[in-house]
Amino acid sequence: MIRVQGLTKTFHMHVRGGAVLPAFQDVSFHVNPGEFVGISGPSGSGKSSLLKCLYRTYLPSRGEIWYTDGDSVTRNLASEDEHVIISLRRQEIGYVSQFFPVIPRVSALDTIANGMVARGFDRTESEERARSLLARLGISRSLWDMFPSTFSGGEKQRLNIIHAVITSPRLLLLDEPTASLDAESAREAVALITEMKQQGTAMIGVFHDRALLGRLSDRVLEMSA
Amino acid sequence: MSSDVLLQARGIGKRYGAGCEACAELTGPQAGVNRCPRCGTVHALCDVSFDLHEGEILGIVGESGSGKSTLVQCLYFDVDASEGELRLRGEADGENLFDLPRSRKRRVRGRLMGMVYQNPLRGLRMDITSGANVAEKLLEADVFNFRRIRDRAAELLASTEIPAGYLDAFPRSLSGGMQQRIQIAKALANNPPLVLLDEVTSGLDVSVQARVLDLIRELQRERGMSMIVVSHDMGVIRLLADRTLVLKNGRVVERGLTDQILEDPQHPYSQLLVHSTL
Repeated sequence: MIRVQGLTKTFHMHVRGGAVLPAFQDVSFHVNPGEFVGISGPSGSGKSSLLKCLYRTYLPSRGEIWYTDGDSVTRNLASEDEHVIISLRRQEIGYVSQFFPVIPRVSALDTIANGMVARGFDRTESEERARSLLARLGISRSLWDMFPSTFSGGEKQRLNIIHAVITSPRLLLLDEPTASLDAESAREAVALITEMKQQGTAMIGVFHDRALLGRLSDRVLEMSA
Repeated sequence: MSSDVLLQARGIGKRYGAGCEACAELTGPQAGVNRCPRCGTVHALCDVSFDLHEGEILGIVGESGSGKSTLVQCLYFDVDASEGELRLRGEADGENLFDLPRSRKRRVRGRLMGMVYQNPLRGLRMDITSGANVAEKLLEADVFNFRRIRDRAAELLASTEIPAGYLDAFPRSLSGGMQQRIQIAKALANNPPLVLLDEVTSGLDVSVQARVLDLIRELQRERGMSMIVVSHDMGVIRLLADRTLVLKNGRVVERGLTDQILEDPQHPYSQLLVHSTL
């Protein structure tokens, strides 16, 4: 489903005298539908930068990201037109970032349901699904109509996961999704991820917890600093 | 023009003066000036091209004098572009809209575009009521029935959260935030597929700013129109825009997904702009 070839990211910091910061170099791997590829490596080895390149929040410096979409069209996400990327993000590619990008003054329920509405689902159906996922990941009912900017780190992280999975993406990028969760929420999140994997979602995940990473992954990609 | 594209802009330029051979080299982002030191011509905008898709929000950022406002004013025919082509889907048989006679430009604008200016004094007439301001836009879009105009004006003011009693109030007696809402109601009067917003929240205090932004976001979600949002405020762009163009000295120096521009800006100027955010 996704084949990454020779992907390299280097930052050129013009505002700091043109400093050049390599994030990662020459990364190649592939992921099939229903497969989980774990990414492991020390802090600063470029794990998050790799995920951001795949999502195109970072612009890859070199290399290719061949992604085959739901209509069996294969495209290089590294250089694909932005409109295509926007549409793939809406329809097919989910991303659980390390920090949840809170939308100001939008309730937790709407934040979650809007993703499904944007994909063309009816609002009532979207809200129903949002409620069931919020309940499943243990977000207290009293918080559903509140603004997530006031939530704890763990609550935001759970919203982040729900936000990414509600649209049932074909490809899911996970950046430490369980890092700030208590044991029970983490277990529930892992169960949710496992279910999606069984339904055929391809996944690329960064986890600090090596035991968990080993359990979830079909293969592990080691990155070195 | 592909079917998703609503508006196509190609090579749009605006210059004040005749220009000379040295202009290209002596003005622009490299030179850091808009005014040619040899002939004195000011290049407010130079070779700006982009496609705006259906339902898309395009952000335009850049410092004062980068050409942001000139660009939207060219698109709205407030300013005559010196060069370039503008096409709106299904309009004028694909002709360059800049070539149309003034009366036809006014009709295109009346039917298909809405504009919200930074300064309500530009977008509103202060000597007629709020309702009449909205009606003016409806007349431009060929709605002549008095009852319909009045009902639509009331409906629009309601959707922009303006109390019904304000329909007959003069904009000059209202607060800046209220004036901005009336401008938005006016811009949306003809249900245009394209809305241009020029620094709409500058000069408003923070809580009013937030309400105006929420209103814009909500109306866009409900109606699905395409928008071009000009702002020097990266927060506004982050909140509203899918894609962003960065302008400097009248030229596009970078374009990309908004999150990419904010997190991984490539051009030295975009980096400076992003890192200057408070």
